[in-house]
Amino acid sequence: MTLVIAALVIWAAAWALNVRLAARGQGLLVPLIFGLTIIVVWQLLVRGLGVDKVILPAPTEVAVTFWENLPILWADFVQTILKGALGGYIMGVIAALVVAVLVDRYGFLQRGLMPIANFMAALPIVGVAPIMVMWFGFDWQSKAAVVVIMVFFPMLVNTVAGLADTTAMQRDLMRTYGASYLQTLFRLRLPAALPFIFNGLKIAATLSLVGAIVAEFFGSPTVGLGFRINASLGQLSLDMVWAVIVVAALAGSLFYGLLTLAERALTFWHPSQRSQRH
Amino acid sequence: MKGSVGPVLAILAVLVAVWYAAAVPMNVKEVLTQAERDGAVIEPGSAAERRDVGRWALVFSNVENLGATWSSERSRLPAPHQVVAELWKSTWVEETTGRRGIVRSGSLSNRSLVYHGGVTLGATALGFVIGALAGVLLAVGIVYSRVMDMSVMPWAIISQTIPIVALAPMIIVVLYSIGLPGLFAKAVISAYLSFFPVVVGMVKGLRAPDHMQLDLMRTYSASKSDTFWKLRLPASVPYLFASLKIGIAASLVGAIVGELPVQRGGLGARMLGGSYYGQTEQIWAALFVAALMAAFLVWFIGWLERRTLRAMGVQA
Repeated sequence: MTLVIAALVIWAAAWALNVRLAARGQGLLVPLIFGLTIIVVWQLLVRGLGVDKVILPAPTEVAVTFWENLPILWADFVQTILKGALGGYIMGVIAALVVAVLVDRYGFLQRGLMPIANFMAALPIVGVAPIMVMWFGFDWQSKAAVVVIMVFFPMLVNTVAGLADTTAMQRDLMRTYGASYLQTLFRLRLPAALPFIFNGLKIAATLSLVGAIVAEFFGSPTVGLGFRINASLGQLSLDMVWAVIVVAALAGSLFYGLLTLAERALTFWHPSQRSQRH
Repeated sequence: MKGSVGPVLAILAVLVAVWYAAAVPMNVKEVLTQAERDGAVIEPGSAAERRDVGRWALVFSNVENLGATWSSERSRLPAPHQVVAELWKSTWVEETTGRRGIVRSGSLSNRSLVYHGGVTLGATALGFVIGALAGVLLAVGIVYSRVMDMSVMPWAIISQTIPIVALAPMIIVVLYSIGLPGLFAKAVISAYLSFFPVVVGMVKGLRAPDHMQLDLMRTYSASKSDTFWKLRLPASVPYLFASLKIGIAASLVGAIVGELPVQRGGLGARMLGGSYYGQTEQIWAALFVAALMAAFLVWFIGWLERRTLRAMGVQA
């Protein structure tokens, strides 16, 4: 009982502290305190109320499991994230970029393909996972195939929108320089499309992880994050499930963070990036 | 997108043609094995020899025995008309003539896609409503409370970058084990997935009014609630609907994934069942129903958006 009261007290104290900090405009500290408080309160409530380990494990248990199973989790990470998600991501993104340039070049494709692509982008494409598992087997190839289909359409839609994002003035300038189609594409339109492309890349990053993990629910070798979640659930070792989720969350944030860094480096000229510097 | 009907139909025709063409090499091995059993002469002669031969090579050396590739029972890639036939069979035919169908038993057949689609749709809708309401409420809190903004918003944004769907099986199993009904467990996942897009979009929308407009409200000496109801909320409507469209698509994915761990009906269960028993047509049919459902849900939100905007006097 004391632990439960302690949890409530800590929650109130941390909130009061955050109110004070927020008033002074401490940017980074407030969310950190909020996150830490949730973990501490979670820990105290689980211990204080005696919550069963098979319903909600305490954060310390998850941390211990994470640490003790690092080699297993690393193997899962390599299988699902590096092979399945990243492999499919790279293929899907390149395919979408190539198709986007073609769509941009030919008005027929633009009018015929884009309504379909917009439609497909809203569909629960993850449902193709059982078919891909049947075609490409249990290993990472089938996961990469799911990811290719999942990332292709959002990437295509964003890139096509980006390639259209030049003004008549800019295109006229290129014409007065006597620039060829390819020169205009590489010097003006692709760079101008970069903010849109990065937007697509970020959406696709999350989708690729979702696709790779969910596809493993339909069949996988005995390694991989999705497999580990299912297997650990079968043994009711929820601490392991949470450890896998920590890995997935870290992978997702890392992926997104790297993309954001690349975006800052490559689209430093864009207003959305310039305003952040001051 | 004026005049895009023709090109869209042309592209769709090409896709269907590619699908038919692809069905031939995809199914050629199984079909040839069957044809050999029925006494046809196949080149090369035995299944063991054919295993190492490419699919296209088999197609060209056995042109006269390919008839079944568009009609075989257990195909790796069923032809489009087979999928359509399966769709028809597992909706209309099953319900009107099947032993368990609605006509003969009074309740929807548990083999029909109408029933499974309904299960998924129910979980999606319930979860979406919960998630969207919670998301709007949190967004209002975030806009009006600086502490909530600074505490919660970074986490809401980070949560968009991680595959939260990985939590789905665990949520399902845990909620089942403490005795909650399956519909609710799936709705929790749907709610969870639609929650964050709505929060992020709605916060953006509630902040959309610029300084001029807010200053005008202040010169009217409008109260906080007046500013909310008459300026911020109307201004947020387009953002809200944009994020609702993302949210409802995410809800559907959540409901489908939520049906995987516990097999109690739903499109996700149909897909997993189909992949266990090699019923490709069943997977494709479930996939098509899911696609139609997603299209309908997004269209429905768009329809609501147009009605709301028109009622608000926005010229569309």
